[in-house]
Amino acid sequence: MEKRQYNITAETGIHARPATLLVQTASKFNSDITLEYQEKSVNLKSIMGVMSLGVGQSASVTITADGDDEKEALDAITETMKSEGLTD
Amino acid sequence: MTKFKGIAASDGIAIASAFRLTEPDLSFNKETIKDSDAEIARLNQAIEVSKQELRTIQQRTLKDLGRHEAEVFKAHIAILSDPELLKRIKTMIETRHVNAEYALKNVSDSYIQIFNSMTDNDYLKQRSTDIKDVMKRVLSHLLGVPLSDPALIDHQVIIIAHDLTPSDTAQFVPNYVKGIVSDMGGRTSHSAIMSRTMEIPAVVGFQGSLADIKDGDPVIVDGLTGNVIVKPTADERQAYHEKQRQYQQRNEQLGAFRNAATTSSDGKHPIIAANIGTLDDLQAAIDNGAEGIGLFRTEFLYMDSDKLPSEEAQFNVYKTVVQKMAGKPVIFRTADIGGDKDLPYLHTPHEANPFLGYRAIRMSLDQPDVFRTQLRALIRASAFGNLSIMFPMIATVTEFKHAKRIFEDERTKLVAKDIPVGNIKLGIMVEVPAAALLADQFANVVDFMSIGTNDLIQYVMAADRGNRRISYLYQPYNPAVLRLIKSVIDACHDNGTPAYMCGEMAGDQKAIPILVGMGLNEFSMSATSILKSRALIKELDSREMVTLANKTVSLASTSQQVLKYVHQALEKP
Repeated sequence: MEKRQYNITAETGIHARPATLLVQTASKFNSDITLEYQEKSVNLKSIMGVMSLGVGQSASVTITADGDDEKEALDAITETMKSEGLTD
Repeated sequence: MTKFKGIAASDGIAIASAFRLTEPDLSFNKETIKDSDAEIARLNQAIEVSKQELRTIQQRTLKDLGRHEAEVFKAHIAILSDPELLKRIKTMIETRHVNAEYALKNVSDSYIQIFNSMTDNDYLKQRSTDIKDVMKRVLSHLLGVPLSDPALIDHQVIIIAHDLTPSDTAQFVPNYVKGIVSDMGGRTSHSAIMSRTMEIPAVVGFQGSLADIKDGDPVIVDGLTGNVIVKPTADERQAYHEKQRQYQQRNEQLGAFRNAATTSSDGKHPIIAANIGTLDDLQAAIDNGAEGIGLFRTEFLYMDSDKLPSEEAQFNVYKTVVQKMAGKPVIFRTADIGGDKDLPYLHTPHEANPFLGYRAIRMSLDQPDVFRTQLRALIRASAFGNLSIMFPMIATVTEFKHAKRIFEDERTKLVAKDIPVGNIKLGIMVEVPAAALLADQFANVVDFMSIGTNDLIQYVMAADRGNRRISYLYQPYNPAVLRLIKSVIDACHDNGTPAYMCGEMAGDQKAIPILVGMGLNEFSMSATSILKSRALIKELDSREMVTLANKTVSLASTSQQVLKYVHQALEKP
């Protein structure tokens, strides 16, 4: 199991286009991937789940991947987070 | 054959088959099912068909209308691919033995509730609309009730709709949508304005029951008279084909007026300008020979976005407009937002009386940061052409002076930074009766006035222009309205201030003779009205029209009488 923490710096938090792209990236991997925010945890492959968390600016979130491609998954997700300007 | 009457909203004649853009009946009962596997298979099938449909719509929209318009369908597909959502619906079918319709509605409602409860997040509140839309599509396939999808139209049609929203019209493929029939609103409703911009013949305020028109029925829309004929006879078809041909011929003849100056028969030169809101409209204005832009509605920049437009984005649009108009005058109206044109991201409170509420200049003066950004963009763009600015909904001289001070302040700051600035004229929209009554005082402080008749008439008559039950009170030819307009124009001229008009009335063929008689200096109208108005003015002797105008304001007591005078004045001796 791999676990990483991110600080959300985007002014608008995680929603709209970045959220969709994050879900798309996660969906490419076999691992179970979860997004945790304020003691709630959702499946990162679920757009409704991700949006229902309402992650805003300066939030701290944890993403966990569990499976045969957990490391690659988290690398790709980190990459998307950065390219979409969600985190520094 | 059945003949119906409505309000002629957009010129032209269309003959095609009906396409009903209506809400289907998606009601269902909660049922207990025995074979949950079969029920899940039924759900999967409905979701697959919905996804395929959405992909088609998305590609079509992308090709015909652009990326921005297609984005929403991408979001719909993403929702239907959500593993958690699907799992919850399926679990509900398996464990509670309910039908797919019930499970789908139950689960999607729970998400909608979560999103709606996020009071601080407007984006998510809007996403609940996406969930509703996409669930409606799946539900329609489960129930076998077809949804009407404007983006799926692949042949020539007449749209039959209760009312059209901007998102409906955004999906119209221009070559297929030939005409529009709607039972809502008047000439100034959204459907009517959109149909004129798209140059699609339209009848609004339809007086029959839309339910009487079935999908595929042949329909004739006469946007010149307001007539709608359902299932026409062969004779009627032929008569309308002939009328359509004559209309097209007339339009071609009008082409001769494209590059001509507007001149009355006795040599007076009022200006005919166009009302526009987007860069797309600008091309139509130029193509129709506009001598200027009398109203650029800047609020579209604010409404087509999910955040405030930046100074740079605004500057680029304003600069393009004045450059393309190549020295011809362009009047920009500062943002007329708030009230009924609500912007979710501005968090304005809901009001019981939006037309009398917190909107336009009232909002600008209260939130000067947003106002200043727009003024800076306009001032910078003034270096590239002939640019004027007017403020909407001005009620008092103090409001104008306040707005002007803010303008001067921004202008001085830009000049201090050596940024080139043109010679900018400042004016007001005359649409609040208080400003109209005090026009002589305003004339001392403004560079020009532009009468906004759409709102002025509704305020003078105390009648909401969107309310069909009182639409008879929306009377541009009422002598009370005409007296007020004349007093504004007279007050302007007594002070050497030019008087313009930018409401629908300025392009109204029955009002133009009166307004020419009142000496209106600029008529700003929908691009499609320009050529016929120029042709009309060429036939008018302004001296005779002065007599007409005086008669309407001194002798007439009703709109009917005014129209009779106009009719008499236009009859050739």
